[in-house]
Amino acid sequence: MKGRLAVGLALAALATVHLAALCAGFLAPYAPLEQTRALPYAPPTRLHFVDAEGRFHLRPFVYAIADPSGAGEAYQEDRRQPYPLRFLVPAVDATGAATTGKRLLGVDEPARVFLLGTDGLGRDQLSRLLHGARISLLAGLLATVLSLGLGWLLGTLAGFYGHGLDAVLMRSAELFLALPWLYLLFAVRAALPLHIAPAQAFLLLVLVIGLVDWARPARLVRGVVLSARERSYVLAARGFGASDFHLIRRHIAPQTLGLLLTQAALLVPQYILAEVTLSFLGLGVSEPVPSWGNMLAALQRYHVLTSYWWMWVPGLALVPVFLAYYALAEALRRRAGPAAL
Amino acid sequence: MRVRLAVAGVLLCPLASAQGPSPDLLQSDHDVGRPGGRLVFALRSEPKTLNPVAAVDSASRDVIGRMTSDLIHIDRQTQRTTPALARSWTISPDGRRYTIELRRGLSFSDGHPLDADDVVFTFRCYLDERNGSPQRDLLVVGGKPVVVRKLDAYRLELEMEQPYAAAERLFDSLAILPRHLLEAAEREGRLAQAWGLGTPSPEIAGLGPFRLKEYRPADRLVLERNPHYWKVDRAGGRLPYLDEIVFLLVPTEDAQVIRFKAGETDLVSRIGAENFNVLSREAAPGRYRLEDLGPGLEYSFLLFNLNETGGGGEAVSARPAWLKQTLFRQAVSVALDRPGMVRLVYQGRATALGTHVPPGNKLWVNGALGPPPRSLTRARELLSRAGFSWGPEGKLRDAGGTPVELTIITSAANAPRVQMATIIQEDLRPLGVTVQVVPLENRAVLDRVLRSHDYDAALMALASGDVDPTSEMNLWLSSGATHLWHLGQSQPATAWEKEIDELMRRQLVTLDSRERKRCYDRVQELVAENLPLIPLVSPDVLVGAREGLGNFRPAILDHNVLWNADELFWGAPAPRR
Repeated sequence: MKGRLAVGLALAALATVHLAALCAGFLAPYAPLEQTRALPYAPPTRLHFVDAEGRFHLRPFVYAIADPSGAGEAYQEDRRQPYPLRFLVPAVDATGAATTGKRLLGVDEPARVFLLGTDGLGRDQLSRLLHGARISLLAGLLATVLSLGLGWLLGTLAGFYGHGLDAVLMRSAELFLALPWLYLLFAVRAALPLHIAPAQAFLLLVLVIGLVDWARPARLVRGVVLSARERSYVLAARGFGASDFHLIRRHIAPQTLGLLLTQAALLVPQYILAEVTLSFLGLGVSEPVPSWGNMLAALQRYHVLTSYWWMWVPGLALVPVFLAYYALAEALRRRAGPAAL
Repeated sequence: MRVRLAVAGVLLCPLASAQGPSPDLLQSDHDVGRPGGRLVFALRSEPKTLNPVAAVDSASRDVIGRMTSDLIHIDRQTQRTTPALARSWTISPDGRRYTIELRRGLSFSDGHPLDADDVVFTFRCYLDERNGSPQRDLLVVGGKPVVVRKLDAYRLELEMEQPYAAAERLFDSLAILPRHLLEAAEREGRLAQAWGLGTPSPEIAGLGPFRLKEYRPADRLVLERNPHYWKVDRAGGRLPYLDEIVFLLVPTEDAQVIRFKAGETDLVSRIGAENFNVLSREAAPGRYRLEDLGPGLEYSFLLFNLNETGGGGEAVSARPAWLKQTLFRQAVSVALDRPGMVRLVYQGRATALGTHVPPGNKLWVNGALGPPPRSLTRARELLSRAGFSWGPEGKLRDAGGTPVELTIITSAANAPRVQMATIIQEDLRPLGVTVQVVPLENRAVLDRVLRSHDYDAALMALASGDVDPTSEMNLWLSSGATHLWHLGQSQPATAWEKEIDELMRRQLVTLDSRERKRCYDRVQELVAENLPLIPLVSPDVLVGAREGLGNFRPAILDHNVLWNADELFWGAPAPRR
């Protein structure tokens, strides 16, 4: 019962996070690349309910902020004019032209609503977090599909046919396990041409993570397949003249399903972290397109690390995502039994 | 008159006094300090060598600068020349011959006396092509190396092919070498390899305030007081005051700031505005003091690739033709938000530039050239005039209808430059120009700019070592080795480059300083108009020192905080470490 609640919570949390990323265009108050150059490193905007005269407002409002020193160090609210939050406002693109879409919330100029503050170029952290989630979460999912797909295929082939094929595949799997993949990625990125659009960089990232890491799932799948193909019903089906393809599809693949799901729940957060690590090191998706990794890269600088806590938000966002995935993995593992480790 | 004969006193070293005539020491007029103590300074990279002839990297030069002295020195604060090892000099009426009189009775840090032979030997070392010295170019005037003749033990004559306006300044940082230690190496042609970091300290000697004590690889290099140094203070006490200078290896700026804050180092130099703000915000009273010296000599710029052909072959021919259109570069220039860069990247501690000479160079900046105000209307107008048009989604297209995409390379390790590139990317978006920012390793950037020419535009920065334009001859002459935007020209490719060549050559040989200024003003105008590089901003020089360091007088010239290491002292109480 307790386990079921945890799984429910985990699933709900994951659904929320992924839905938020999917609807980033609607939820984000600003375009992720929009720079408010007067407000670098602005702290999260305070939402007010009580105005200067002590009156209570049901609709929250904000004040415009400004930094008289110009150095982005001492922002002050201008309390003369409150700006109520507006909902379902028409969206504008980066150039200021109106588009067809709507945004969940906004506020009249010159006030700004930066619920999670801004970065060094005055870009809204919340908007970047939401848009960045698309890239980071999608990278995790796609890389998992790729590495599990490849791992499953090669693992099944190795386990089912055995002998020479098994030996070749498993030795190369060991080779891949032994590869220092971080350095491999450095080398791959260095070998690429200058002109590499963020979308290409993203696909490349997914491709490299997925292709390098097929070995572990392949070994696990092979183990399951090895034991499955000796089961009596499999032998019986073979005796009745079933083809290899039929055997794998009907009798063997279903055996590996539990393992695959568990592995997926374990690998997705691992690959999200891989994307974050690589982008943090400048090898992944590059500025100005946001991802959680390249947003965190600003923390490499000492003054950002020590002065602006809201720059840590992408790192904090990773925690619930990871917890949810691991809770899910744990529940799946219990259902699938010990083989799914 | 700052130069006075010092009275020979009890402080003179035994060797010098044994030689008879009292040494001709220079008396400096700073505050009298207390001897003793050590100063810890962090270097960002490990010095490569202790050889003044071969040193190119800044860490090596930081250390060597404390161990050696020159004939005529540029005072870092007044930016004018002052006597150093040369007590006086005269110039012939045609401006081609210098007669230099050395101070008498001086010795190297190992006690060996200095005479005119050492100076002649020094010039031979710098001029010998086998040694590959970076200073050699400066000593070749009018195509011929300067000729140095010994007149007697303490007098020398220097002859140049043509009059040379900045000749006095050229002696600065030209370290006088000990003939008795290096002659054998020079004769065998292995001078460039001499005085590596592994050389035992007795085999290295100089005329600077400090001498080598010990070197521990990847950790520290310690210099100790040179008892034979040639300056005294007003009270007649022999300089320097400090017993030791310790150079620690601290590879990043952030780590340097942290160690300074923790009290492990005594000075920080050239830190970023953000770290400067962190330090000033968290300063406990009486721990350290910080100084913003205003704009220095560094300037950042957006460089365009105007190379015709070169090492890159195909890569170069594939460059879009519009890079060469002056109107395009002008449009980019007026579209840039320079004040935004100053505010966002440097927290206001920088100056927007309209010319490549930063305002820190007060003597030479062309004051009529301010930074162009940002105007997208003007930018669009320039682009239309250059034959560009806009596609349906507002994308800029060149005359042939191809979308305009610009790649800017910059050094990944330099956060301010990457930020500026990101700002430029955003600035050019409303014009319909798609900009890719590609942060690369610094060496890769230099390699692309100087050798393969495989880039569209690069965001870089330069800092001249001296205020005089002569120090940038190699950059502005079309045949120069660092004529960044178009290398390896046999003839000036454009009319304006030809004019710059003529102006730069003229200012080199003109002795009238006002005429020289006029020439260089015109060079600045030509650059601002044709924009082979778009000047962006000049960051302030930001430094700090532990409280209690006497005579701390930072300057915008190199080395910002250690230039007067001979005068620095610890007032009471000396820090305990």
